[in-house]
Amino acid sequence: MPHATIDALPATALMPPRPTVRDPAWRARVFWTLAGLALLWPMGVLTEFKPWVLLEPGALKPALNFVGAFFPPRTDAEFLALLLRETWRTVAMATAGLTLALLLAIPLSLLSVRVLSLSGLAGRMTLGAAVMRQCVRWLLLVLRSVPELVWALVFVRVVGLGPTSGVLAIALTYSGMLGKVYADILESGDAHATSSLMRNGSGRLQAFFYGLLPQNAAELTSYTVYRWECAIRSSAVLGFVGAGGLGQLMDSSMKMFNGAEVASILLVFMALVWLADRMSSALRKNLG
Amino acid sequence: MPQSSAAKDSYQLPPKLFDARCKACWLVLGVLLLVVASFATLDLQWAQFWSWGALQKMGRFVGELLQPETSARFVGKLLPAMLETLAMSALGTLLAAALGLALALPAARTHAQDPARWRGATRLWLNALRSTPELVWAALLLIAAGLGPFAGTLALGLHTAGVLGRLFAECLENATPGPAFALRVRGVDEVRVFFYATLPQVLPQLLSYTLYRWENNIRAAAVLGVVGAGGLGQMLAFHMGLFQMGETSSVLLAMLVLVALVDALSYAMRRALSR
Repeated sequence: MPHATIDALPATALMPPRPTVRDPAWRARVFWTLAGLALLWPMGVLTEFKPWVLLEPGALKPALNFVGAFFPPRTDAEFLALLLRETWRTVAMATAGLTLALLLAIPLSLLSVRVLSLSGLAGRMTLGAAVMRQCVRWLLLVLRSVPELVWALVFVRVVGLGPTSGVLAIALTYSGMLGKVYADILESGDAHATSSLMRNGSGRLQAFFYGLLPQNAAELTSYTVYRWECAIRSSAVLGFVGAGGLGQLMDSSMKMFNGAEVASILLVFMALVWLADRMSSALRKNLG
Repeated sequence: MPQSSAAKDSYQLPPKLFDARCKACWLVLGVLLLVVASFATLDLQWAQFWSWGALQKMGRFVGELLQPETSARFVGKLLPAMLETLAMSALGTLLAAALGLALALPAARTHAQDPARWRGATRLWLNALRSTPELVWAALLLIAAGLGPFAGTLALGLHTAGVLGRLFAECLENATPGPAFALRVRGVDEVRVFFYATLPQVLPQLLSYTLYRWENNIRAAAVLGVVGAGGLGQMLAFHMGLFQMGETSSVLLAMLVLVALVDALSYAMRRALSR
């Protein structure tokens, strides 16, 4: 029995000396924790971060009442018909906005792609071509850095309430995003086919349609579908500033503290986002 | 005989434009129908948009936007709002990272023997958090938290927690199982396995996701104020409502500067992380 012999020995004889259990990095850890807290404090003050406000009876009671009214959600035929119409309007706004965005994004991205430069084939692009491409890139940057909600606020002032401003807002912001990403995708691939077409005398549009586009079609489509999904989400939000669709319905229900209506709208909204998400991922999977 | 068949091929007509068996054709048809139906059913007022009055209004708008208000008094109000927006985005992202990690743990199946009983339920919660946009969260939270940046911070935190929770859960599931397994077979408990094997592996990626979401959140925080949740957005909605285009234009510029700043900062931090 070998165990017996081991047991017979004193335990300390076999054990290695117990290592000192100390965190070698404790100094750094303490320092970063303190530094983090020091940084967190002013942020909490600036954002009026007072979670206990939520639990004050004055705030808690209306909130609980409101949430309590969520069940059951409002499901009568009249409201459902309204909901269905606004849901379609949300989808239609996203689709129309994205279509207009494409009309702007495709020419702009073609203008800004360096691969399709004839003078670039010889080595360096001529000055005019390079300046023009940089200007188009800046235009795209400006278009996409103003959030669609701000565009919508501007257009609501100009054309009045309704889906027109929502469609225009989506069209402008998304043309900036799509144009930039399209240009990036087109430039990231292997440019050999395109440049050899152009070297052999094809036009730039021909080189695009026969060389560049077939190479990148799947990626371009997949990105566009993904952006469509995003556009649905933002078109629902744009209603909050008066651009029609689910957001506007929600805004008015919320102003009347109608919890049952808000619950139905939220449910439809989640279902819509989920459906768009599923559809877009299924489509993108098919594209490979 | 290959020659004759090749010769026959050249006489064949080009493929039909629409083939009932071709999936892509149906897809294109569906997309076209969707686009046509969208334009047809929306009451788009192009006539009004391109009308002389609207164009004049637009021109005046743009003209006034090009003259931002730069008086010291206004800039003195603008700077605190910028700081407020920055703090909202940063704190909201931090909250989201904490809540996201807390939700990602039950939502991830880290090893084969993990029962992960709460996986489905937690994922459902994460999806619900994620599919409600920040602006909707803010509008809902205004009732409980009142007007001001606190509601906006919470709204950012909740929506981003859904996004980050899902990404974190995927990160945890994709972590190399070796180190965790080594600790687990020696009987180390799950908490220590997480802190000493899984977390050190995935931490850089979690941080980089969080920084990336911070970039998104500064954009969202800038506009959240439109529903009354504080920061630059509230100023924007206020001045635009009063048609004070000079002030509006300054607020827009401040937003762009802030976004560019955060982008640069986050880019630098991610570079430092990946080195």
